[in-house]
Amino acid sequence: MTTRVQLLVGTKKGAFILDSDQDRKDWSVKGPLCEGWPTHDLIVDPKSGTIYAATGNAWYGPAVWRSDDGGETWTHSSAGMTYGDDGPKITTVWSLATGLDGTVYAGVEEAGLFKSTDRGETWQHVEGLTNHPSRPTWGPGAGGLILHTIVPHPTDPNRMWVGISAVGVFETRDAGATWQARNVGIRGFNPEDPFPETGLCVHKFGLAAGEPETLYQRNHQGVYRSEDGSATWTEITEGLPTDFGFAMAAHPRDADTFWVIPLSVPEEGRFMPDAHAAVWRTDDRGKSWICSDTGLPKQDAYLSVLREAMARDTLDPVGVTFGTATGQLWHSSDGGDSWRMITDTLPEIWGVEAAVVEG
Amino acid sequence: MATVMLPGSLVALFPGTARRQEVAGATVDDIIVELDRSVPGLRDRLVDAGPVLRRHINVFVDGEPADLATEVSPTARVHVLPAVSGGAP
Repeated sequence: MTTRVQLLVGTKKGAFILDSDQDRKDWSVKGPLCEGWPTHDLIVDPKSGTIYAATGNAWYGPAVWRSDDGGETWTHSSAGMTYGDDGPKITTVWSLATGLDGTVYAGVEEAGLFKSTDRGETWQHVEGLTNHPSRPTWGPGAGGLILHTIVPHPTDPNRMWVGISAVGVFETRDAGATWQARNVGIRGFNPEDPFPETGLCVHKFGLAAGEPETLYQRNHQGVYRSEDGSATWTEITEGLPTDFGFAMAAHPRDADTFWVIPLSVPEEGRFMPDAHAAVWRTDDRGKSWICSDTGLPKQDAYLSVLREAMARDTLDPVGVTFGTATGQLWHSSDGGDSWRMITDTLPEIWGVEAAVVEG
Repeated sequence: MATVMLPGSLVALFPGTARRQEVAGATVDDIIVELDRSVPGLRDRLVDAGPVLRRHINVFVDGEPADLATEVSPTARVHVLPAVSGGAP
């Protein structure tokens, strides 16, 4: 039995798979895959090992690609991925997740949720989300009106969270039939209505390890923690250099630990503050933050990291990887204490996923 | 039957599909539906909600710009082309 680590990297010019042994020092690069289609997100179904890729092509539209052989061969489909002939057009698939029963979920632009019970061959619209009373008020962020985060509950098949920019977090507790906005405590943009129900720019969120009711959220305005299943959020930005950023990743075993990459605010360029590259980690649920920059460039680093482009593996010590919008892939095999660059020549990186493969 | 020429980037998505095909159909829509019978999923790559041709897909029938409703004669030559407007760095 050998243990290998794969990094699945979505870029503007296709998907790439990087492969290494468990030392995570030397990496091979395979790609571009999926015929070079722009790829926002890749996932590995933990039960089957099947890889799915979320893509959208300027000419040929949205599709979810699937590989059952580790990325060697691929099929694709968007059958059923429509709001109907009178509805909004779907331009791209942004995000993917698998549920407890193997159902594949896809978040798309223009924002909505689809599901597939046949491994991506055909898709059905999860209409309950689109039917939320706030739908007529949904508006896009700079990246579009996108459903970019899908978080199935780890034990309850009826529960799931999704994140939509610039709308907010929604939760279902009845397998998608109805949804509730879950944004209490999140700062909004209107001084006259500082904490609205929706109109909030969630950038990414995830579950704390082993605590199904604890979530961490990276928002356009701040970082937040919820310990009541998203009913309320508490801001935990204090100690970070800015309140803006896109990417985050939660530790696979330690519920108190997660990583973020703060960026300068949009009006100041959306790159790492002072052009000093750093990943910030909390080990106490956001009460305090630790700057991790060993091995990263400390000057002239005008790097930006997008919302899907950070991931961690499940080894011990945990590996953490982030990709930049200028095609660099940085990796830490010691839990984020030190970093080194795997490659600086990929296309613009949009998404990173890490998978541990036994075989 | 009409002679249909498909772009290389499209047939690459469906391994084994020929770029030149003889297809029966009275309209461009019919032609694409017929192609989809032998190449499942091909219509989704060319046709968006509406239904309309995707924004960056051009179809020409005997050299003239066409849409889904354009009539196709049994001797027509139909070219499907990715538009240059879809390009970006």
